Amino acid sequence: MALPNKPAGELPATLDPAIVELDTDILIVGGGMAACGTAYEIKKWAPEGTKILLTDKAALERSGAVAQGLSAINTYLGENTPDDYVRMIRNDLMGIVREDLIFDCGRHVDRSVYLFEEWGLPIWKTLEDGKTVDGAQGAPILKIGTKPVRSGRWQIMINGESYKRIVAEAAKAALGSENIIERCFIVKLVLDKNEPNRIAGAVGFSVRENKVYVIKANAMLVACGGAVNVFRPRSTGEGMGRCWYPVWNAGSTYTMCQEVGAEMTMMENRFVPARFKDGYGPVGAWFLLFKAKATNTLGENYMATNAEMLKQYPPYGLAKVPASCLRNHLMLKEMREGRGPIYMDTPTALKNLSANMTPKEVKHLLAEAWEDFLDMSVGQAGLWAGTNTEPEKVGSEIMPTEPYLLGSHSGCCGIWVAGPNEDWVPDAYKIPYKGKNYKGMTTVNGLFTAGDGTGASGHKFSSGSHAEGRQVAKSMSRFFTDNKDFKPTLNQSAKELADIVYKPVKTFMEHYQKSTAADVNPNYIKPAGFQRRLMKITDEYGAGIATSYVTSKAMLDRAFSLLGMLREDSEKMAAGDLHELLRAWENYHRLGTVESHLRHILFREESRYPGFYYRSDFDLVDEKNWKCFVNSKYDPAKKEWSVFKKDYIQIIPD
Amino acid sequence: MPSFVDPAKCDGCKGGEKTACMYICPSDLMVLNVEAMKAYNQEPDQCWECYSCVKICPQGAISVRPYSDIVPLGGIVQPMMSSDSIMWTIQFRNGNLQRFKFPIRTTPEGSIDPKNAAHKGKDLASERLSDEEVDNVTLKRPIAIHGK
Repeated sequence: MALPNKPAGELPATLDPAIVELDTDILIVGGGMAACGTAYEIKKWAPEGTKILLTDKAALERSGAVAQGLSAINTYLGENTPDDYVRMIRNDLMGIVREDLIFDCGRHVDRSVYLFEEWGLPIWKTLEDGKTVDGAQGAPILKIGTKPVRSGRWQIMINGESYKRIVAEAAKAALGSENIIERCFIVKLVLDKNEPNRIAGAVGFSVRENKVYVIKANAMLVACGGAVNVFRPRSTGEGMGRCWYPVWNAGSTYTMCQEVGAEMTMMENRFVPARFKDGYGPVGAWFLLFKAKATNTLGENYMATNAEMLKQYPPYGLAKVPASCLRNHLMLKEMREGRGPIYMDTPTALKNLSANMTPKEVKHLLAEAWEDFLDMSVGQAGLWAGTNTEPEKVGSEIMPTEPYLLGSHSGCCGIWVAGPNEDWVPDAYKIPYKGKNYKGMTTVNGLFTAGDGTGASGHKFSSGSHAEGRQVAKSMSRFFTDNKDFKPTLNQSAKELADIVYKPVKTFMEHYQKSTAADVNPNYIKPAGFQRRLMKITDEYGAGIATSYVTSKAMLDRAFSLLGMLREDSEKMAAGDLHELLRAWENYHRLGTVESHLRHILFREESRYPGFYYRSDFDLVDEKNWKCFVNSKYDPAKKEWSVFKKDYIQIIPD
Repeated sequence: MPSFVDPAKCDGCKGGEKTACMYICPSDLMVLNVEAMKAYNQEPDQCWECYSCVKICPQGAISVRPYSDIVPLGGIVQPMMSSDSIMWTIQFRNGNLQRFKFPIRTTPEGSIDPKNAAHKGKDLASERLSDEEVDNVTLKRPIAIHGK
C-alpha cells in the first residue's frame, strides 16, 4: 500500500496553472437567487453590445441556497402593503434596519414571484370556494388576482423541488450560456490602480482544471451568499454537512468585499434558527400552517408560561409575533433550567386538523407535511425514517442551532449599500459617485451586492433576493452607461494575482513529502483542520453553543488573540488538489467573516439580540445608546480596521 | 456517508464529457475515479444531503445513507424524477413504507422564452423593473413618512 503522503482527490493541482485574462464590462460573481435575478434582468437595460459575464463556483442549475428546492416562498406581499412589511421586519430584527431597502424590496418582490409562476413554478392556490389546490392543477395565476395558500402573513406554499432549476433556466436563457463560467471560484477582488476606491476586477480559479481567471470589469455584483459552518455545529461528524443553511456558503461575499474597503453594517447580527433537532428541517409550516405547538417536557407551552420575559424587551417583545431572537430566548430558559427536550407536538396538531376531514383529505394533509421536508430538507425526512418518527404518532424535538451569518433570511448582517433613488430616502442612505446614486452599490465605487450581501435588510428570502438582484441589474446598467469610458487597470499583475490564488498549492508541493501522512505535517495546515480550529474558537469564545450563546469582552479578547494566530497560519494553508484549493479559499473567507462578526459584537456594548447572543458584561437591550447601526471599514492601503456608529433613521411610522 | 454510489450501477457516465453527479454537486463532492470509471463522494462530512446527485444520476446509482452521527441505520429516502413530478419512497427503520408524488414544474424543461427575456427596457432612469415598465406599474411610495 502506498503511503498517504500524496495529494488526495481526483484533480491534482499543479504549480503552473494557465492564466486566463478576461475583459468584461459587467461581472456577476455568484449564481444564486440574487445573481440569477441580475442575469435575467441585465440585458434589458445594459446598452447594446455590453459584455456581461457570470461566474459560479458550482453549476447554476443547483447552486446557492435554493439548490435543493424550497417548500415555500417566504416573501409575497399580495394584499399587504410594503409599509407593513417594513414594520414586521423592523420588529423582528430588534429595531435597527434599513427601511428604504426593505420598502423597496417589498414593492418589487411580487413581480419576481409572477415570473417564477410564468416560467413553470407550481404555486398552491386557494379557490373561491375556499378549497386549496397544489400548483399543477391549473388554477388561474397569481398575477390576475388568484389567492395563494398562505402559511403565514407573508409566506406562500409552493411545490418547489425544482425552484432553482427553473430560475436558473430563465437566467441562462436571458444571459446566454456563453456568458456563464461554471465551476469558477472568484476569491479576491481587485481595486483600480489609478482611481482610488474603484473596483477594477476579480481573480479566481477553475475547480475543474488548473486555470486561474484574472477578470477586469467596469462594474461588478458580488452575491455569493452568507456564511455557514463558521461556528462549531451541534453535529461534528458526518452531520456537520447537515447545517441549516447551505454548507457551501462560506462568507465569500463579506470577506471579498470588506477586503477592498466596502463598509460593513450590522455584522454583529446572526441568525440562530430553532429547527427540528439534527435534521434542521423547517418548522414554519408546522407552526403556521398546521398550527402545532412547541412544549417543554412538562407539556407547557413555554411561549405562554414565559410571557413575562417578553415584557423586558419593549416594543420588540410585545408585538403580536415577538422578534425571532426573543422566541429563542424563552426556549433557552427552558433548556437551561432542565425542562427540555422541547417537542413540536405534531400528533395533536394533525389530530385537530383532521377532525373534520375525510380519510382522503387526511392522507393529503400528511403528504403536505412530508413535502415540506422533501422539497427543501430531505435529510430531515431521512432522520424521521431512520428513527421511526411518523408525525401523526410521535412528536419531534426542536432546538436552536449553531449561529449563521446571512442577510437575506431572518438575519441582517452584510454590506452597507446605497438606497433607491427616491425623494423619501434620506441622503445618509445614498452613496454619491460623481454626483449620482446607484441603488445597491457598496461604498466601493462600481462594486454592488444583493441577497445575503446586503446588510440591515433581512427577510428578503428567495423571492426578495431575486427581485433585489434585478434591481441591481438596472442600477449597474445605469452605472456602466454613465461610466463607459472608464478603463479598469488592476493594481497587481496577472502573475502576482495567480501566485496569490495558487499559494496553497505551492505550500503543499514544497512540503508534502516531509511527512508520511499528507494531513499531518508541521509545515502547513490543511483546510479541514483550519476550519475546525476556527469553529472551536468561535464556539468557545464567540457566543456559540458551548456557552449557550454567551460571550464578553474578556472572551472576545481571547478569541481575537487566537484568531490572530489563525490568520498568520492562513498563510500556510496547503492544498494538493483542486477541491482542497476550493476549501482553502472558502475557509479563508470564513475567517474574515468571523473576525468581522466578533469585531462588531465587541464594539456593540449591549445584547441587541437576546436568544441569538448575549454579552454577559452588557446583558440588556440599550435603546438609549445603541439604537444605531454598527458599521466597520477596512482601509486596504493602511491595513487598518475602524468600527463606528451610524444613525438609524426611521422612515415608516410606528 | 451521505450520498453513496452503487458500483454495480455506476458507469462513470461512460467517460463522456460530463459526469452527471460531478457536474451538478453544489459542494464539489462527487468526483469520478477515471481508473475505475466510478464516481464517489470525496468529503461526506460536507454533504448537505441535497440529493442533487441522486436526482440527476442517469443510472439510478446514487442513494443516501443518512448521517452516521445522527441517524440509526435502516431508513431510506429515495426519489424518482420525471419531467413534471417527483416520486419519493420513504422506508422507515421498522419497515413501514410511504410513497408521495409531488409536481415540480408546470411547463416543459427548456421552454422559458428567451424572446421575452430579450425585451429591451426603455426608461433607464426610473426605478421600474422591465416587466413593471411593460405593465405600466405605478411604483408605491410610503403611505406616510415618520416625522413628516
